[in-house]
Amino acid sequence: MKVRASSLCFAIAAATTLGFTGFANAQSGDKTSRTLEQVKARGSLSCGTNTGLAGFALPDDKGNWTGIDVDLCRAISAAIFNDPNKIKFVPLTAKDRFTALQSGEIDVLSRNGTWTQSREADLGLLWTGVNYYDGQGFMVRKKLNVSSAMELSGASVCVQQGTTTELNLADYFRSNNMKYEVVAFATANEAIKAYDSGRCDAYTTDQSGLYSERIKLTNADEHLVLPEVISKEPLGPAVRQGDDQWFNLVKWAHFVMLNAEELGITKANVDERLKSTVPEVRRLLGVEGDYGKALGLTPDWGFRIVKHVGNYGESFNRNLGEGSRLKIKRGLNALWNKGGLQYAPPVR
Amino acid sequence: MSSAPAGAASQTEPPRTPFWRADWARGALWQALLLAAFVWLMWAAIDNASVNMRARGVPTDFGFWNRPAGFDINQTLVHFTSAGSTYGRAFTVGLLNTLLVAFFGIIIASVLGFLIGVARLSRNWMVARLATIYVEVIRNTPLLLQLLFWYNAVLAPLPNPRQSLELPGNIYLNNRGLFVPEPLFGAGFDWTLWALGIAIIAYYAVKRYAARLRVETTKRLPVGAIALGLIIGLPALAFLLAGAPLSWSTPVLRGFNFNGGVRIFPEFVALLLGLSLYTAAFIAEIVRAGVLSVSHGQSEAASALGLPRGRLLRLVVIPQAMRVIIPPLTNQYLNLTKNSSLAVFIGYPDLVQVFAGTVLNQTGAAVQVISITMAVYLVISLVTSAGMNLYNRRMALAER
Repeated sequence: MKVRASSLCFAIAAATTLGFTGFANAQSGDKTSRTLEQVKARGSLSCGTNTGLAGFALPDDKGNWTGIDVDLCRAISAAIFNDPNKIKFVPLTAKDRFTALQSGEIDVLSRNGTWTQSREADLGLLWTGVNYYDGQGFMVRKKLNVSSAMELSGASVCVQQGTTTELNLADYFRSNNMKYEVVAFATANEAIKAYDSGRCDAYTTDQSGLYSERIKLTNADEHLVLPEVISKEPLGPAVRQGDDQWFNLVKWAHFVMLNAEELGITKANVDERLKSTVPEVRRLLGVEGDYGKALGLTPDWGFRIVKHVGNYGESFNRNLGEGSRLKIKRGLNALWNKGGLQYAPPVR
Repeated sequence: MSSAPAGAASQTEPPRTPFWRADWARGALWQALLLAAFVWLMWAAIDNASVNMRARGVPTDFGFWNRPAGFDINQTLVHFTSAGSTYGRAFTVGLLNTLLVAFFGIIIASVLGFLIGVARLSRNWMVARLATIYVEVIRNTPLLLQLLFWYNAVLAPLPNPRQSLELPGNIYLNNRGLFVPEPLFGAGFDWTLWALGIAIIAYYAVKRYAARLRVETTKRLPVGAIALGLIIGLPALAFLLAGAPLSWSTPVLRGFNFNGGVRIFPEFVALLLGLSLYTAAFIAEIVRAGVLSVSHGQSEAASALGLPRGRLLRLVVIPQAMRVIIPPLTNQYLNLTKNSSLAVFIGYPDLVQVFAGTVLNQTGAAVQVISITMAVYLVISLVTSAGMNLYNRRMALAER
């Protein structure tokens, strides 16, 4: 009796399962290719940012998000909505960021993420460009009397887990035949706190991060950023694969800001430059031609970005450069014609 | 559903109710429908996820398992290097670290919980009050907060390696951990282990002989003294005969930190402390409930028979209390194991930190990694509760 009852169960179970085979497949249609429409329908951009990194993404004393990564999201929002504030910021730890993008929780990940081969090939993501050229460095206490990272053999190093930093660290010590102890934390905040409490001899992250984290230490002057840069860290925004229109939109939001700087268009003079006779300026600001259409935007998308957010140089200056507490030099992030690496293809 | 009549064909006794009205058939039908719905739901979820993952170019296989990890872990019970070890190896490291902290956590929490539970029932006003305060404070604050507290409380007062506290026996304490000498066993040390094994077997033989002797002649042998002599004396003799094949690797300050010896990491200590103190408060309440559940008449009767207080507790009260204690105690053990995943906040490389943290992020295989992690916790919990159920069955009241 028992045997018969259970075999009956399985027969029915199997039949039912087979009968419904078609449904789930029909349901799982491609939702990835229409990001712009979703953003427009929702009325806001969902932007994944750092949980708090001065210069890149940090809420100010009034609760407004500021930073160079935030400005990129504001540029996208300005291009779509003619309003730089139609954004839902989603603060993400390094560990959770890619999952949030893969799963569709956010539309764009603008969170000082390093562009690497495996992240594009294995994670199903695409980097749209580089908004900050960085490299990994070390910070130590001055009283250790260390002047080079090569003297760090045997040191304990605090690091944020799930980052390229963690991997570069292992590579660097291995290739230089040095021993070390890694202490990995889920967030940069916990890592820097442990370093501050003396658990580690050194703290490592991208150099820009070292400068901005140093502000948080109990006595910032006691710490020193070592001169070595041990890796290439091209930081930039990422999107999901499979939506070329959205990929282009995010990519060109950054390029518009770069081109604006190159052409000398600023937040302050953008209205006046509408009257310009220079063809590049007229195309960028949408006076001539309709370059926004293929991106799903209005012709004046470039004007909107500069009007609301400013050009790349302005954004850099107020978040990271002389206009900020960090005072980071342009260095590699200067425009190509000023000795840096920032280069944007033309709008035409 | 067409298969149903076929199943009933063999069963045709005229006066009986037809099978489709029979309880078993209806029961089976509903069970089958429910099972089918469940299977379909699970299958739909898995299929939906894998289709979408493939559409987005996210890996859906387990190929990452054998790829080199490329990152380092500080506390490893098995050999692990960023150069040669795989993600699979990182999983093993994380799993062992989880099991390590859970194992010691359970032991410490049990001992402490029993002591505090008994202390709450103490007739000494001070002891009982202190135990109550402990239980109330610990039980009513969040565990994560306590872990952060212990991590900072363990770290903050400790000096840096160059000003380490030196404890007797070449033990050093600083904010990088506790460094103790590591025993290095030379050739011939296995003799000592063999001698210990023989001593343990001999102890059981003596114990049985003593029991028989007592029944037959009422003579008592000093079993305790004999056992001590056997278990310490025999291995010590073997050790000396083999030429004392044991040396110590003492920790030495070199550069930034100590080299050599065994190192106990502050993250481990903080997590162990936090978990065991927290769980001990719950165990104390369970123990108190268990002891109170034993009818007062039992201990009165035992006293009337002239049992001294120690044996009264050991032979009468505790065995009966255990029946009430064990099932909720199992829950606490499971909680402790699962709570160990909070390690991620204080930098202890447990399974969640290493595998569901770094490995997930480096490989992007979120669904696979999380499924494996959940399965591991499930298995650990099931094994723990199976063991505790076995123990419970031995302790349970034999009913007739």
